[in-house]
Amino acid sequence: MGKLRAGVVTPLLAVAVLAASVAACGGGGSDATNAGASSGAAQPAEKIKLTVALFSDFHFAPIYEEFKKTHPNVEIVERRAQFNDHHKNLTTQLATGAGAADVEAVEAGYIAQFTPLADKFYDLNEYGLTKRQGDYLDWKWKQGLSPDGSKLLGLGTDVGGLAMCYRTDLFKKAGLPTDRAEVSQLWPTWEQYMEAGKKFVAAKVDGAKWFDGPGENFRAMVDQAPVGFYDQQNNLVAGTNPDVKKAFDLNAAMVQADESAKLAAFSPPWNTGLTKGSFATIICPAWKLGSIKDAAPTTSGKWDVAAVPGGGGGNQGGTHLMAPKQGKHPKEAAELIDLLTSKDNQLKLFTEAGALPSIPALYDDPTITGFKNPFFSDAPTGKIFTDAAKALKPQYVGPKAGDVLTTFGNALQRIEQGKQSPDEAWAQALKDLERIK
Amino acid sequence: MATRAPDNVAAIPPAPPVRSSPGTNRRHLVHRLDVKGSPYAYVAPFFLLFCAFGLFPLAYTAWVSLHEWTLLSDVHTFVGLDNFRTLLADDYFWNATFNTVSIGVFSTAPQLLLAIWLAHLLNRPLKAQTIFRVTLLLPNVTSVVAVVVIFSQLFGRDYGLINWVLSWFGAGAVDWNAGTATSHAAISVMIMWRWTGYNTLIFLAAMQAVPRELYEAATIDGASGFTQLRKITVPMIRPTIVFVVITSTIGAMQILAEPLLFGTYSLTGGPDRQYQTLALFIYENFTKLDFGYASAVSWMMFVFIVIVAAINYLLTRRTRGSLT
Repeated sequence: MGKLRAGVVTPLLAVAVLAASVAACGGGGSDATNAGASSGAAQPAEKIKLTVALFSDFHFAPIYEEFKKTHPNVEIVERRAQFNDHHKNLTTQLATGAGAADVEAVEAGYIAQFTPLADKFYDLNEYGLTKRQGDYLDWKWKQGLSPDGSKLLGLGTDVGGLAMCYRTDLFKKAGLPTDRAEVSQLWPTWEQYMEAGKKFVAAKVDGAKWFDGPGENFRAMVDQAPVGFYDQQNNLVAGTNPDVKKAFDLNAAMVQADESAKLAAFSPPWNTGLTKGSFATIICPAWKLGSIKDAAPTTSGKWDVAAVPGGGGGNQGGTHLMAPKQGKHPKEAAELIDLLTSKDNQLKLFTEAGALPSIPALYDDPTITGFKNPFFSDAPTGKIFTDAAKALKPQYVGPKAGDVLTTFGNALQRIEQGKQSPDEAWAQALKDLERIK
Repeated sequence: MATRAPDNVAAIPPAPPVRSSPGTNRRHLVHRLDVKGSPYAYVAPFFLLFCAFGLFPLAYTAWVSLHEWTLLSDVHTFVGLDNFRTLLADDYFWNATFNTVSIGVFSTAPQLLLAIWLAHLLNRPLKAQTIFRVTLLLPNVTSVVAVVVIFSQLFGRDYGLINWVLSWFGAGAVDWNAGTATSHAAISVMIMWRWTGYNTLIFLAAMQAVPRELYEAATIDGASGFTQLRKITVPMIRPTIVFVVITSTIGAMQILAEPLLFGTYSLTGGPDRQYQTLALFIYENFTKLDFGYASAVSWMMFVFIVIVAAINYLLTRRTRGSLT
C-alpha cells in the first residue's frame, strides 16, 4: 500500500512543488516590495542594497565609499551595459515593471524619451533635491524635468562641451603645425577642417587617415546647429532641416576625399586604431578624453587638444541620474544622486575622468580652469572645455534622437564602404526615418 | 514505513470477506489510476513547462501580431493581418530572409561534409580516442560571445590575422565586415567552428553501430577508404544524417548572436543590413518596442521553419522507403 501510493504521490508532488515554486516567483516580488518599503522607513539601520546602472565607467567608485561613510547600512552595486543596450533595457524594464536599478544613468540622446514617463520615476523634489536648482546650468536642469516642469526626474552629472583632439606626432610628420593655438587656426570652419584633412591625406603618413569615422563628426555638426533632429514640438525634422543635410553632405565629401579611417566609434577595431594611430584627429566632447585614455593608455603624450571647428557651441552627450519607481529605497537613492552630482564630486570627476561639470560656478574654479591634462600633452583642458561650456547653446533633443543618429551613421558608412553614392545613401536614410515612430 | 507496515498486515487478515469488498474496490481503483494515470503525471511537468514557455508564448505572439502594439502604450489597436501585409512588402524582411538562407547554406553544407569526414577518420582504432573526442567538443562548450569576439578580431580589416596571412600571397586587405559575401563567409566560419565537432560526435556514434563485417568484406574486395565511406558508411547512417541536417537547418534559421556581435551591436547587421538575419531583424523590431510587427516577423519565421522541417520530413520518409 505504502509503496503503491508513493507511485502516484511522487509525480503529483513534483507538479505541486513546481506549481508552488512558480507561484512563489510571481508572488515573491510584490511581497518583497511591500516589506522593503515599510521596514525601510521604520528601521534606518536595516541593510539596504542600492544598484546603480551605468553605460560605461563613470569613475564613481570613490564616491560610493564616501556615501557608505554616512550610510554604513547601504551596499552599492554598480552594473554596466553597452550604451545602446543600457537605454533599451531601461525602456523595457520600465514598461514591464521589473528589473530597473535604483539609480539609472540616462544620456542626453535619450533623456527626452524618458522624461515624459514621469509616473515611472520618483519626483526628486519630494526628497529635497529642489535645493540644487541654483547650482545647475539652466538648460541642463530643465532637461531633467517632466514635460510640464512640475517634477524633477533626473539630476545632471556632466555636459559634453566640444573640442578636437589630435595626434601631434602624426601632424608633425605631415608637415602640419603642432601647437594647439596654430592648429585651432587651421579649422575655424568644418570646410577648413576638411581642407586640412586633404593636406594630411596627401602627405601619406604611416597609412593614417584624418579622422576615425564620419558618424561622430556628423553628430558634432548637428549638435552645433540651433535645431537638430527634432523641433520643440517633438516633430522629426531631420529630413528637412538644412543644417542636417549640410552636415551629411560635408561628411560624405570628407569620406570621398579618403579622409576617414572607416572605424566605428567604440568598436574593438576603433580601440586598436586609437592605439596604433590610424587617424590624426577625433572629435572630443569632454568625456571622450577619459575614453581615449582608457582605450589607448600607451598613447600618452602623443595627443593634444584644439578648439572644435565651427566656432564652439554644441553639446555632445552628458548624463542625468534618475530614480525609477521600481526602486524600494527612494530616500537613499535620492541621497546617492545628490552626492554623485554634488559640486565637490563634479569637480573631482573632471580631474579624474574629464567629465565637464554641469554646475557653472565651477567653470571659474581655479582647480578646473588651471587644470592641465598630462595624458594630452598638458593641454589646458580645463580652460578649453569651460570656454566651450560657456559658449554652449543648448539644443532641444527629441525622443528618438539616438535612433535617428544611428540611421544617418549607417548611411554614411554605406558611402564609406563604397556601397552607395551620397545621394542614394541620403535617400535611403530618409526612407528609414519613416520607420522611426 | 517500518511502523506502518505491521498496521497494514494486521488490518488485512481479520477483515471479513463481505466487509472488505468496498475496500478492495477502492484499492482496485487506486491501482488502476496508478497504472493509467501516473505515466501522465510523470510527463506532466514537461508539458506544463512547455505550455507555459512554449505553447502560450506562441499563441500570445500570434495574438500580438494582429495588433498595433507598442510596449510604451496601453492601447493596442486590432489591425488584423495588416502587419503581415506590411511585412511581405518590406524589402528589409526579404533581405534578412536571403541572408539567413545564405548564411545557413554557407555554414551547414561544408560543416556536415567536414563532420562526416572527421567522424570517418576517428572511426577506427586510435590511441587516446577520448582526447580526440573531447577536443572536438571543446569549441562547442566555449561561449558564443568569446568565439565571435575572437573571430571578429581574426577577421579584422586592418590588423586581423586572416588578412595578414592573405597579404603573404599579395592579396589586399579584405573588409570582411563590409561585403555581403565576405561577412556571410566570416559568420559561417564562426558557426562551423562551434558546431562541426558536435556533429562529428553524432556521426561517429552512428558509424560505430555499422557492422564491422561490412568493412572487412569491402576491404577484402579491395575497396579504398573513400569508397567504403561513400558506399557503406553514408548509406548506413543516412537516418542520422537526415536528423543532423534537420537540427542544423533549424539552428541556422535562428542565428542571432553571431551577426549581432560581429557587427558590435549593430541591430541592422551592418550599415547596409548585409548580414542581418531574420532573428536579428526580429530583435531590431522588438528593441524598437514595435511588438506587433516583431511578432508578425516571428510568426513568419516560425512558418519558414515549419516549411523547412516539412520538406526535411518528406525527404526522410523517402529515404526510409528506399532503405527498406
